[in-house]
Amino acid sequence: MKSLADRPVNPVVGVPVAHESAALHVTGTALYTDDLPIRNSDVLHAWPVQAPHAHARVTQLRTAPALSVPGVVRVLTGADVPGINDAGTKHDEPLFPSEVMYYGHAVCWVLAENPEAARLGAEAVEVDYEPLPSIVTLAEAIEKKSFQGDQPTVARGDAGSALASAAHRFSGEVEIGGQEHFYLETHASFVYVDESGQVFVHSSTQHPTETQEIVAHVLGLTSSQVTVQCLRMGGAFGGKEMQPHGFAAVAALGATLTGRPVRLRLNRTQDITLTGKRHPFAATWEAGFDDSGRLVALRATLTSDGGWSLDLSQPVLARALCHIDNAYWIPNIEVLGRIAKTNKTSQTAFRGFGGPQGMFVIEEVMGRCAPLLGLEPSELRRRNFYIPGQSTPYGQPVRHAERLHAVWEQLLGNADVERRRTEIAEFNATHRHTRRALGITPVKFGISFNLTAFNQAGALVHVYKDGSVLINHGGTEMGQGLHTKMRQVAATALGVPLACIRLAPTRTDKVPNTSATAASSGADLNGAAIRNACDQIRDRLAEVAARKLNIHPDDVRFDDGTVTGIGFSDDGIPFAELVNDAYFQRVSLWAAGYYRTSGLHWDASRMQGEPFKYFTYAAAVSEVEVDGFTGAYRLVRTDIVHDVGDSLSPLIDVGQIEGGFVQGAGWLTLEDLRWDISEGQRRGRLDTQSASTYKLPSFSEMPEDFRVHLFERATESGVIYGSKAVGEPPLMLALSVREALRQAAAAFGPEGRSVELASPATPEAVYWALDRARTAAREAAKPAGMHAPVPSPVRAQ
Amino acid sequence: MDATQITVNGKVRPCEGISPHLRLLDWLRAEGLTGAKEGCAEGECGACAVLVARPDGDGRTRWTSVNACLPPALAFDGQEVVTAEGLGSAAGPRTAEDLHPVQREMADRGGSQCGYCTPGFVCSMAAEYYRPERDATGSGERVETGTAVVGEEHASDHESGPNGFDLSSLSGNLCRCTGYRPIRDAAYALGAPAEDDPVLRRQDRPAPAARPTRAAAGGSRFIRPDSMEELLGLLEQNPDAQVLAGATDAGVEVNLRHSRPQMVLAVDRLDPLRVLTLGTDRMEIGTALTLSEVERGLAGRVPLLDQLFPQFASRLIRNSATLGGNLATGSPIGDTAPALLALDASVVLASAGGEREVPLAEYFTGYRQSVRRPGELLRAVHLPLPLAETTAFYKIAKRRFDDISSVAVAFALRLEDGVIASARIGMNGVAAMPLRALRTEDALTGRPWTEETAADAAAVMETEGTPIDDLRATARYRSAMLGQSVLRFYAQTTAAPALEVTR
Repeated sequence: MKSLADRPVNPVVGVPVAHESAALHVTGTALYTDDLPIRNSDVLHAWPVQAPHAHARVTQLRTAPALSVPGVVRVLTGADVPGINDAGTKHDEPLFPSEVMYYGHAVCWVLAENPEAARLGAEAVEVDYEPLPSIVTLAEAIEKKSFQGDQPTVARGDAGSALASAAHRFSGEVEIGGQEHFYLETHASFVYVDESGQVFVHSSTQHPTETQEIVAHVLGLTSSQVTVQCLRMGGAFGGKEMQPHGFAAVAALGATLTGRPVRLRLNRTQDITLTGKRHPFAATWEAGFDDSGRLVALRATLTSDGGWSLDLSQPVLARALCHIDNAYWIPNIEVLGRIAKTNKTSQTAFRGFGGPQGMFVIEEVMGRCAPLLGLEPSELRRRNFYIPGQSTPYGQPVRHAERLHAVWEQLLGNADVERRRTEIAEFNATHRHTRRALGITPVKFGISFNLTAFNQAGALVHVYKDGSVLINHGGTEMGQGLHTKMRQVAATALGVPLACIRLAPTRTDKVPNTSATAASSGADLNGAAIRNACDQIRDRLAEVAARKLNIHPDDVRFDDGTVTGIGFSDDGIPFAELVNDAYFQRVSLWAAGYYRTSGLHWDASRMQGEPFKYFTYAAAVSEVEVDGFTGAYRLVRTDIVHDVGDSLSPLIDVGQIEGGFVQGAGWLTLEDLRWDISEGQRRGRLDTQSASTYKLPSFSEMPEDFRVHLFERATESGVIYGSKAVGEPPLMLALSVREALRQAAAAFGPEGRSVELASPATPEAVYWALDRARTAAREAAKPAGMHAPVPSPVRAQ
Repeated sequence: MDATQITVNGKVRPCEGISPHLRLLDWLRAEGLTGAKEGCAEGECGACAVLVARPDGDGRTRWTSVNACLPPALAFDGQEVVTAEGLGSAAGPRTAEDLHPVQREMADRGGSQCGYCTPGFVCSMAAEYYRPERDATGSGERVETGTAVVGEEHASDHESGPNGFDLSSLSGNLCRCTGYRPIRDAAYALGAPAEDDPVLRRQDRPAPAARPTRAAAGGSRFIRPDSMEELLGLLEQNPDAQVLAGATDAGVEVNLRHSRPQMVLAVDRLDPLRVLTLGTDRMEIGTALTLSEVERGLAGRVPLLDQLFPQFASRLIRNSATLGGNLATGSPIGDTAPALLALDASVVLASAGGEREVPLAEYFTGYRQSVRRPGELLRAVHLPLPLAETTAFYKIAKRRFDDISSVAVAFALRLEDGVIASARIGMNGVAAMPLRALRTEDALTGRPWTEETAADAAAVMETEGTPIDDLRATARYRSAMLGQSVLRFYAQTTAAPALEVTR
């Protein structure tokens, strides 16, 4: 029927429903990959031997001592690999390395009857290392020119001459911290060779197809001989897009060599020390503004810390460069990106995928320059918003730019910003040791994979003779509610109640050649594929119904399990009855669905094109209260207006927005990865490798008052039932918290002063920011002639 | 002796022959109860939380939430445990859905996304749901955000529901998906348990008695001694034995550092270690009472400790952790030490040869070292009375709920006519062991409690200890926080009624 965006009457999409596994979750009966081994017998457990060097050559590997540990069955080494010894797709990630590339790199794996024996076996393996010089910080990598991959530039206009002639010109540099995914479920694989001889891989993976391909190439098998299933994940956030493959391959290698099921589950320490994280970035920038506060030019260099292998660093960097504009029109721009190669875990996808780091830079520019331009930061931001007709630096028209303005206006109204500003000013005037402030920031986020080929999806829909429906699609469930939305899409498309739709776990033998469930695109792509399959079946059923009702198939309606014709509304046919009739008329009741996003193109060499199907818009106001004694703060209230198109599932979408926001706030304020950068024995070791040293947001960091509004009447044409993606964009709304903290720290000092705030903005970082502001206020209060200059790296030039 | 067994969700399950180091979590999962998950293996995330039937005075039981990832299963011999699976069930092919009220609210309000942390949240929430003191019929009115307090304003109301639900009961549970708002909404939507709720009714009867467990496997022994005499005798013969109370520290050693002591002595249910007596000139607090039990038992009598408790780890940890464990571990960042130092506490060390009392200020001797001799056990903590009336506890950490101190400072002043008659200050995080800030105490004693005195004392305080840079804070910040704590203490004690919620 009609276009992809159109909804029938009484759609099941748009209805707030609980997560499809909610009852299983709350009763502890939802199964995850590592809940399966105990339901099997004869299982072997894998344990890694992790190298205690940031960079070293493996000169000797003696596995015999491990084999004498009771319970140890086998030690897997590079010599066991029948296919390609590589855990990635770029052939720069040996699965069993002969050169240790980061502290904790796994050089071999021990299989044993129980985890304790496997651990003791791993301790018994003797490895000789020849330590090599290592690079563990971005500064070292830049100094030694240790880079990997391409060094793309996004450019438009003439940034150099526009900067030279700008009325106001500022520059600065900033370091942006990484982030550990800390999905509650660590990486897990469980592999056996099944009764038909196929290698059956249960994996906690966002990308079953790629896990399948890598298991196959490591084992020297074809993809058809390997099946990967993902029941569900206990969180992923990008951390299971590229990283699960090697672990699945180790387990698969063990299963094929021993003939026994192999369980590989990382404990938290192993997970944090073995797997990649959000890329830390270092940025330098120069910005030029005119007298009215309009950005006329930006020149910047973004250097990401890619860790030891390329992984997804190139597309992450591309997205950072494509989001440094965020919501702002920058007529002259030149941004260079490069990827440092360091002796650290291989940094990878993480919700936002470079977008957060790109936006961080421009919001830093706004937050630091506003006081120097004499403008309220949110006013500076608004003045620079895109307007309809403008294009991004990479050449994509900013469609629906007016929505950005509408979202902003609605937000300021909802959040009662004007009144609260007055209250905050009064509060700050009457409190000696405490300051409050509002931070207000926008988000414009491009939806689609930058790499055009990934923007395709498949689905499989079965209608059984009793009218029940089983759907399967290429997307994976990691808590984001994709399966919930997909059931709603199928129920809407077939016009049956939600309860009729059962969804089976993601498997590569059901839907092949899938893309990662990533880039916020899961519902857009798989929803359209399911819709396509359902439409095929429905069109066939419409013909059966039309014959029965003696009407044209176009006039058949499917609604809530009843099939009627226009003008025959009293004479409905139960869906199950129609299906049964169709079977006896030998009409096919199942279909494979397919979807490709149209209208995309991207030239990665020139960094130009239209890589995104559309932009998602949102904005947030956050209010913080900062304690002058400690720098500790509370997030008093956050208001969000978010454009999700016409929501497929409002409860799910609000959950994504709130969860993404708090995760972003964690990245920006709390989560602090610390690596040993000394020259000592532990150089390159991650010091924060546990939940007691790496702190995630808890209840004490959530906004005490949290109000999320979905932007209304927001139908997005050309997208499944008029919806928009929601997974990643809200994460970047947390920049409002960082900017609020900056302004609260500023409120301890004199006006017109640019505040430098380290990232993450921990209480200590905020303390130093406000302490500098307080010192500046004291200096300003001294009699003339006694002023000491206040150091600040933002320089007016 | 009876065979070792644990009752889980009403069903008796034998646990003969298991290792003394097999954790409750792994045992439950091996039994097929895979609802409880391992998220961190160190009691930080709560994905492993379960409910245990614990004694609650007067022949009653209290369903108590604990981390299953830390204690050995054998510590629950003869005990009753309930997991998320035992509270309710999802619809199956042949069964109808039967969710517990906590599960119902969590499911309907979007309290689960990936679902991995959810069974643990459900158990922590259920413990608070059944907490006898919770008044679900209370005022029903939410206090508006921003309670007016002289000096500062703070909203603690968002941490307390209109149904009497204390949000800090979930402080040991982490969720990476939801951002917590729907979980808070679920918690605050809970009514009172039904009168005939069998889990509620179980609280009317006594908790299972502790059993004198004796077990051995793989070269390790687990013993729950029957008496102090037996315990001290065993300790004399086996000075390297692991004394186990709540296992909140020992469990981390087992899980992360793979310690496998040959003898484990469970002491957490020995009555002589569980006393709480209030005399005229001192209080005695048993070292094997959990911190939650101490908090309830003191019932606000020691305001300084009331400031400490909510900042000590999480409810899940406080339901197992003990004063004895915190002092015996002797960590330089243990949080009870600064408070007890400020309160001039002493500790009673017991051994087969008798008892001795040592001032806490003389107890610590170095990094995780103390005057405690092999074969000695911390039996009790003594607090002299009357208490100093002007006190504060400040913990500086990255996160307010469940974090480890960068620095913690406790103050106890006696003021006479506005003059400081005595000052005791305890601090952690600034040396290899908890310390008193003796020079700052000197700078305060005998002077009027004025802004000038506070500023002078703050300057001294900044130079106390020998702080270092580490992953939690820089040395410079730690020193600054010492000085700022004096200024903050002054601002709060002089701006009555100062009730600032600290972080």
